Amino acid sequence: MRRQGFTQSRYVIIPAMSLTLEEVEHIAELARLELTEAEKARYREQLSAVLDYIARLQELDTENIPPTSSVLPARTPLRPDVPRPGLPLEELMKNAADTEQEQFRVPPVLD
Amino acid sequence: MELCDLSAEQIASLVHKREVSAREVLEATLNRVSLVDGRPGQLGIEETTPDDEKYVHAFISLTAERARVQADEVDRRLAGGEDPGPLAGVPFTVKDIFVVRGTPSTAGSRILANFVAPYTATPVERMEQAGGIMLGKVNLDEFTYGSSNESSAFIPTPRNPWNPAYVPGGSSGGSTAAVAAGEGALSLGTDTAGSIRQPAAFCGVVGMKPTYGRVSRYGLIAFGSSLDCPGPVARTVKDATLMLSVIAGRDPHDQTSVTVPVPDYASRLEAGVKGLRIGLSPDYFRITFVDPHTGELIERPIDPEVLAATRRAADVLASLGAEIIEDVPMPHTHYGIPAYFVISRVEAASNLHRYDGVKYGYRTPEYVTDLRDLYRKTRGQGFGLQPKLRILMGMYVSAAQYSEQYYVRALRVRSLIRRDFETIFDPSGAYRLDALLTPTTPTTAFTMQEVYGDSVLMQYADELTVPANHAGVPGISLPAGLDRKGLPIGIQFLGADYAEATLLQIGFAYEQATLGEDWRKRKPQVVERLAV
Repeated sequence: MRRQGFTQSRYVIIPAMSLTLEEVEHIAELARLELTEAEKARYREQLSAVLDYIARLQELDTENIPPTSSVLPARTPLRPDVPRPGLPLEELMKNAADTEQEQFRVPPVLD
Repeated sequence: MELCDLSAEQIASLVHKREVSAREVLEATLNRVSLVDGRPGQLGIEETTPDDEKYVHAFISLTAERARVQADEVDRRLAGGEDPGPLAGVPFTVKDIFVVRGTPSTAGSRILANFVAPYTATPVERMEQAGGIMLGKVNLDEFTYGSSNESSAFIPTPRNPWNPAYVPGGSSGGSTAAVAAGEGALSLGTDTAGSIRQPAAFCGVVGMKPTYGRVSRYGLIAFGSSLDCPGPVARTVKDATLMLSVIAGRDPHDQTSVTVPVPDYASRLEAGVKGLRIGLSPDYFRITFVDPHTGELIERPIDPEVLAATRRAADVLASLGAEIIEDVPMPHTHYGIPAYFVISRVEAASNLHRYDGVKYGYRTPEYVTDLRDLYRKTRGQGFGLQPKLRILMGMYVSAAQYSEQYYVRALRVRSLIRRDFETIFDPSGAYRLDALLTPTTPTTAFTMQEVYGDSVLMQYADELTVPANHAGVPGISLPAGLDRKGLPIGIQFLGADYAEATLLQIGFAYEQATLGEDWRKRKPQVVERLAV
């Protein structure tokens, strides 16, 4: 997968399809999303527009700026390891499309 | 005035004194719903009818019988001398992104349309335990992905009670439309880029995004986990205060809910603004915009009527003794949207991987060859346009080869946005602000279908609200007038971490000082027409 270049000066972004159809198909496959041909074309256009727009982020010098993935400090508080009742199995399973003997039923995983 | 138009505070007071029953308030509210709401949003409707265009359509699931049981229980407890709590008998709605045990919890998506939650979200549980009466679940953009409420799979989507030709905003559009139309005094919404504040501005109600971590996200169907904040929608600042007091606080079920003590928000409400330093930033008086035809990046001043309302609010606060600080620089404001386009999509893609047609939710009825095919078809059919776009985008920008260029860079830009706020709120810094006063949105509400379908254009509606989500700081949107089209204008106050009390205090002072203004006597069109 190769990201095609986009044309950009500091203030002018020339609209171009920065994403290929093959790239859209590749990500859709990784995301396990079946798309129609019309959807692929539409998403390619929309995603390209968004990619061009977010190219703005490259204007800023972020060399010595740490990334913020959460505004809260990372922590892993512990709680006492006391058993407590969970939700009843029956209630948890009843939202599943298909179950058998308290297990989820799915089509074959392997041929 | 009808019972359903009273504030939450008034309702709770009357119910506590047993001057009216919770059941009476509920029936009045259900009657209002039947008059203004029209048919609820549902799956499988392709076209709306001209008749639909007259109604609000806030609801997806109205759970009237469940609410009657709760209301009777509140009345029974009061009759027995018990205190049901500070929200006794107050009807409220819940954005359908929160799970509530035994009720459909759809996220406005086909993929969760048949999901009945086995547990209840903490903020909802706290409101019910405080005596609140949940009316039902209200509509939203699919998985909250939008700013107009038009992306819901449940149609008809909500309309603006002030003029149903206009959008209510989003994604908490069902919440703000319901509150504006008298369909419940309060609503629980969520704000990831402005999804409480922006629709609150469009619908002329009060909406607050608390500090990240102030309100538990347990039971909130996740979108952008580092940005999502549950918060109150109300008609008055006092009601928003009352609701925040109930829902705020540490929850052992959410490790990102903070242990910072919850102050008594109500105690400072009437303290006034004398001596408070309130800033105005030119960076919030313009938006940057990509011209859809030329691709050129242009700067545009915000709508003059919205700007005028913001300036007028500064004058009002100055006359009450606040010190107005002009020209406060917030240089990274306009990077908020591009950074959000990256960060929120990565988090959304990650959160949406769980929908697989196996454990819960929609499963394709088609023949599938194997498990992978089941996933592909289920997700392809179950998700609408916005979730699919966001999954694809999120996966692209976080892919190993682009992560540094897009995702990590966006996280670094987020740090710069956060620094803007740290600088202006620093108690020993140059600005030492108690709050920043800004417009909530660049314009008032737009018409249905005017912007929908253009992801980039739609996102501008959040340009002035999203920086607070990146930074984690609290914000509140307040009604501040009507424009010449009769549509509400919203102003926003932003504060330092955990400065909710200050924002409510300033908001209350502004609200009280402008109570006599003519525009406050006007009612939304859908309510107004009931009187004639």
